[in-house]
Amino acid sequence: MPRSARANAAFTGAVAVFAALGDETRLRLVSRLCDGGPMSITRLAVGFPITRQAITKHLRVMERAGLVRSAPHGRESVWHVERKRLADARRHLQMISAQWDETLGRLKRFVER
Amino acid sequence: MSTAIADRIEKKILLRAPRARVWRALANAGEFGRWFGVKFDGPFTPGALQRGVIVPTTVDADVAKAQQPYAGMPFEITIDRMEPERLFAFRWHPFAVERDVDYSSEPTTLVVFSLEEVADGTLLTVTESGFDRIPLARRAQAFPANEQGWTMMVALIEKHLAHAA
Repeated sequence: MPRSARANAAFTGAVAVFAALGDETRLRLVSRLCDGGPMSITRLAVGFPITRQAITKHLRVMERAGLVRSAPHGRESVWHVERKRLADARRHLQMISAQWDETLGRLKRFVER
Repeated sequence: MSTAIADRIEKKILLRAPRARVWRALANAGEFGRWFGVKFDGPFTPGALQRGVIVPTTVDADVAKAQQPYAGMPFEITIDRMEPERLFAFRWHPFAVERDVDYSSEPTTLVVFSLEEVADGTLLTVTESGFDRIPLARRAQAFPANEQGWTMMVALIEKHLAHAA
């Protein structure tokens, strides 16, 4: 069941997304950005028991995975969630799922004939 | 967990064939290769890295045609466990199909085939997991409460995607 080269590229991206989300602090940060819309680190940091520096570090990890982006706004940066990236990761799993359906269909024909 | 970004895929399929037949189609490298579309160098051995090359499947002409451009490309799986007529598991690099790319340092996913005898034949359950590379133990530690963590994330992402749509 070779999967296509294009799917391969998609997978590399999706793995980064899954890994970036596999941390409680980062999940909470994404959650807050989803709920509250774009915001600065100052606002984002309210209520987090860790330093702004630590939060920036987490944001950078997610930025590398393409999950969040920042844009300069006055003297601060405003962070937002990259919606397409989340959707891509989900679509990716759906694609693998569909490929398994197809592959198992072949196994079925093979053992039932 | 079936919505949004789950980190595993689970499939169930009823095969109208005896469990011993299904087991052979999985555990015998030659038989596996015929429906899957790969030719392995040797028999499956637990713990071993099994090398092979893509050879278009003989089971489906359309799929064989789609596989043709990849014919001859290396294909590898590492056998994780073999429990006769019960369980067959391997690790692989999903989507490792680019020529000239070394995937050995990249994370693998675990594919598990479980067989269960039922009245009409064999119920086969396939799971592929590890898409997030986070060991289950660590995740359990990170998310002690049921209502938090992944469940929360899934709900959030669902909501978020609904917004985006």
